[in-house]
Amino acid sequence: MSVLSRDMTGPEAGESHRTVLDELHDWVVTVDHKRLGIMYVVTALIFVVVAGLEATMMRLQLAWPGLHIVPPETFNRLFTMHGTTMVFLFGIPIVFGFGNYLVPLMIGARDLAFPRLNAFGFWILLFGGLLLHFSVIGGDGLYGAGTAPAIGWFAYAPLTGRAFTPGNATDYWNLAIFVTGIGTIATAVNLVTTTLTMRGPGMTFGRLPIFVWVMLTVSAMTLLILPPLSAAQIMLLLDRYLGSHFFDTQAGGSAVMWQHFFWFFGHPEVYVLMLPGFGFVSEIIPVFSRKVIFGYTTIVLATVSIGAVSLSVWAHHMFAVGMGGPLDTFFALSTMLISVPTGIKIFNWLGTMYGGKLIFRTPMLFCCGFLFQFLCAGLTGIMLSVAPFNWQLTDSYFVVAHFHFVLVGSLLFTIFGAIYYWFPKVTGRMLSERLGRWNFWLLVIGFNVTFVTMHVQGVLGMPRRIYTYQADRGWEIWNLITTLGVPLQAIAILIFVVNVIVSLRRGEPAGADPWDAWTLEWATTSPPPPYNFEVVPVTTSRRPLWDLKHPGDPDGPHE
Amino acid sequence: MNATSMVTVPATAVPHAWRGRVGILGLILAEISLFGVFVVAYLFYIGKSLSGPYPKDVLTVPVLATICLLSSSISVALGEKALHRGEVRRGRLWLLVTVLLGGFFLAATAREWHRLIYREGLTIATNLFGTTYYPLVGLHASHVIIGLVMLTLCCVFAWTGSLRQAHADRVEIVSWYWHFVDGVWVVVFTVVYVIGR
Amino acid sequence: MFAPVSTPAVLIRDVAFFVLGITGVIFVIVAGFAVYTIVRYRRRRTDEPSEPPQVYGSDRIELAWTVVPFLIVVVLFLVTARYIWGIERRPQPPDAVEVTIIGNQWWWEIRYPKLGVVTANELHVPVSDPARPTPTFITVESVDVVHSFWVPQLAGKMDVIPNKTNHVWIEPTRPGTYVGQCAEYCGIQHGLMLLVVVVHPKDEFERWVAAQRTPARDDATARHGRDLFASLACINCHTIRGTPANGVFGPDLTHLMSRWTIGAGAARNTRENLHTWVEDPATLKRGALMPAMKVSREELEALTSYLATLQ
Repeated sequence: MSVLSRDMTGPEAGESHRTVLDELHDWVVTVDHKRLGIMYVVTALIFVVVAGLEATMMRLQLAWPGLHIVPPETFNRLFTMHGTTMVFLFGIPIVFGFGNYLVPLMIGARDLAFPRLNAFGFWILLFGGLLLHFSVIGGDGLYGAGTAPAIGWFAYAPLTGRAFTPGNATDYWNLAIFVTGIGTIATAVNLVTTTLTMRGPGMTFGRLPIFVWVMLTVSAMTLLILPPLSAAQIMLLLDRYLGSHFFDTQAGGSAVMWQHFFWFFGHPEVYVLMLPGFGFVSEIIPVFSRKVIFGYTTIVLATVSIGAVSLSVWAHHMFAVGMGGPLDTFFALSTMLISVPTGIKIFNWLGTMYGGKLIFRTPMLFCCGFLFQFLCAGLTGIMLSVAPFNWQLTDSYFVVAHFHFVLVGSLLFTIFGAIYYWFPKVTGRMLSERLGRWNFWLLVIGFNVTFVTMHVQGVLGMPRRIYTYQADRGWEIWNLITTLGVPLQAIAILIFVVNVIVSLRRGEPAGADPWDAWTLEWATTSPPPPYNFEVVPVTTSRRPLWDLKHPGDPDGPHE
Repeated sequence: MNATSMVTVPATAVPHAWRGRVGILGLILAEISLFGVFVVAYLFYIGKSLSGPYPKDVLTVPVLATICLLSSSISVALGEKALHRGEVRRGRLWLLVTVLLGGFFLAATAREWHRLIYREGLTIATNLFGTTYYPLVGLHASHVIIGLVMLTLCCVFAWTGSLRQAHADRVEIVSWYWHFVDGVWVVVFTVVYVIGR
Repeated sequence: MFAPVSTPAVLIRDVAFFVLGITGVIFVIVAGFAVYTIVRYRRRRTDEPSEPPQVYGSDRIELAWTVVPFLIVVVLFLVTARYIWGIERRPQPPDAVEVTIIGNQWWWEIRYPKLGVVTANELHVPVSDPARPTPTFITVESVDVVHSFWVPQLAGKMDVIPNKTNHVWIEPTRPGTYVGQCAEYCGIQHGLMLLVVVVHPKDEFERWVAAQRTPARDDATARHGRDLFASLACINCHTIRGTPANGVFGPDLTHLMSRWTIGAGAARNTRENLHTWVEDPATLKRGALMPAMKVSREELEALTSYLATLQ
């Protein structure tokens, strides 16, 4: 068999039987960014279902006052695992998974800079996720078999110290997240290096797709913010096992210092999660409006400045800690300032849609849902930035509603949009439009029933992380409504899973460019061959395929 | 897609060596952030120990060790430049000098810790000074160890004839990591032995 | 928080209305524009198949929609700063009541240093007359983990942090009972760490203070229980003034029956619940740090009867 004519995507000719084990082996040993990207996304989707079930149990417990569906310690483990799983085992893997898959294709490269490091990043994530969940059966040490951590996803000291949380459950949280953090840093190094050094011919920085700019920004942010969390976790480990006093208030240590370190990571982290969502939207809306993105340069500048400013806002999570007037004022200001580049992006997207020809296929539906919900999320964020108002709203269900508007109403919606948009590229088949519509509408309705209502409980004084509440507080009807939105969202997710399974087998074949789009990934087959491009295309503008499809009116002169 | 309408050109305009360099710079950035937090903790807790021993009572400035470590940056640079010129013999000699200087630094740190623990009674659990001193200096020492392992491997490969001029770029990346480790020591030294005492 | 009865909460509500007004207007404009765009520019079957005009951007428009939000931010920030300082910088008037609240897992220790009163879980304060203000200035500390003091109708939250002393003030202008609870996750029973604030008219408050200052009632019929209490481990954790019991790990029980709930909201303070609590606190508040006392049935009755006399 000649090397020149060898089909590199399939088995060797003559090898007519490939067992499941052979296929599995290929996936396990792969260093191909596309396969690893898929593995990241699939792993993340499994964890989101796990975390969603945890949320469902919490909502059942809180649906009415005084219920005993789960005892207090279980409830506390549920909210800890829910938050931790959603941020570290769903959010991060899925955005970096998309980055993994798309960035090389979008810049005309054949893989990431360090393919083996890429594989390492995935497997250590999986290990960390399994380690965390192993605590459910293997944690707690002295107190009997198996308990998950119950310290909250931000694990405030000194509650996490040995004195207040005996047993090993906390250590599972600490070590599992530490380990996944290493993987995330590795992937961030990979993405930065790839974007800086492996762009294809003609792909200048000014022509990078916005999604690539976003991944570059969040990767750089990750390099700066994840190590502080790791450092704090090392300190916690030393406190718990070597008797150090970093956060040991009985020995003069500072509980507030943990909060500073954690939120210095924690706040930029939520931008690391959300910015790729913006990246998805910046790719999808133009294609389904049939118009170039309005204000490419502004969006890029806004993205980078959000990344930079996000490093200066962290203590808006600590307005109630008693930092004093000067610090409260500073962090209120920085938080308000970051709303400017964030708000601008909404205008850019609307400006793209205005004057266009809007096609409401499923990816676009999700982006439209995102626009309204992110507007709400941003506005409640502005409310929270007003420190005195924050003194009433923080640590209440208002904040929970706000960040679920960001992470579910905004991020999850953009992720669904991205999945519906790029599924054809990854698999070669289209997802069902009909099931997609059901997915979208059920999710939109269920989401808003739950999370719009949740603002009310917060304003009525219901704090976070309580396993039950009394009948005379006036919260019961709102909690009930909040819980009633859950089945709708669950069915929406189920429909999505059905859609994926059915479409993998019987979806309409997609072809290279089903959406008539303009970025480089649509210039190769669906799915792409392992080497991505038979011939690496030359980039002549921000929309290389637009130039090829409209030779009379290329983008170049307009940019 | 019509392949003939596209032009076949070399894949990247950025020289290949920069992949490794950008990669190590990314790692260094992350490590700076990691060390930064331990430095912040150290600075924050200066003067806050509830009981002794206190820094000025027990710390002695590690002058010789510092000179050795910082000199090792010079030796590794000389070694890497020699390798780039193709002088493998000279290069591997300078690498060996680097390993020895780094090894001396580690031994000095070990001696210092032994004295602090056994004679002065300062452990990580003693007070806030111990709590912040050992992790900061220890984190640095662990990075010295990692660097020494890499440099020793380079030496071994050099002496067995496997390291050639073509590998000079990779040794350069190791040397950048080593420079970073030395740079961190400048900061740690200033914070612990100058500011904190 | 939208039914405030105390000055800081009123100030917060005022700034909240201001912010809600601004964000409401922004929402209407942006969402309205979005709806308009979606409806007006959706692709119709009758449309020509060509692409619409490609608009790459507009420096003027983009500058405008950067500058306007920036100005809104400036205004919002200046207002915010004024309210931050207005609330944080309130000087303590001479007639202010001083209280120290110490957060424990999972109850509130309340001390009035100048008045010589120690109680738990219920904060009693006088109503404040604008002519001669008598706000209550509270110092908050913690003996264990981070808690948070929050009574929404009275003030914004203030975290209660070990090894840190924080301050918060309330200035209630209407008598009544206001409920709050711990607002920072602090362990298994964070959800049952309620705080009741009772605002009294001035003279009523003075009467309450006077009653709280007296040592424990010595009811002759309950002597057996009292002696039992003094002989058991109870005295290691609890204080009952006028008896040998002077433990500080648990709540002061001198005037236990003057309080509305036991276990910081775990149950109403009735004899029956008291009985259940003393037998095994975990029945009412699982994970509570008070152990089951493992006393005999007869001892339990005597203890409960005694505690029930502590008005």
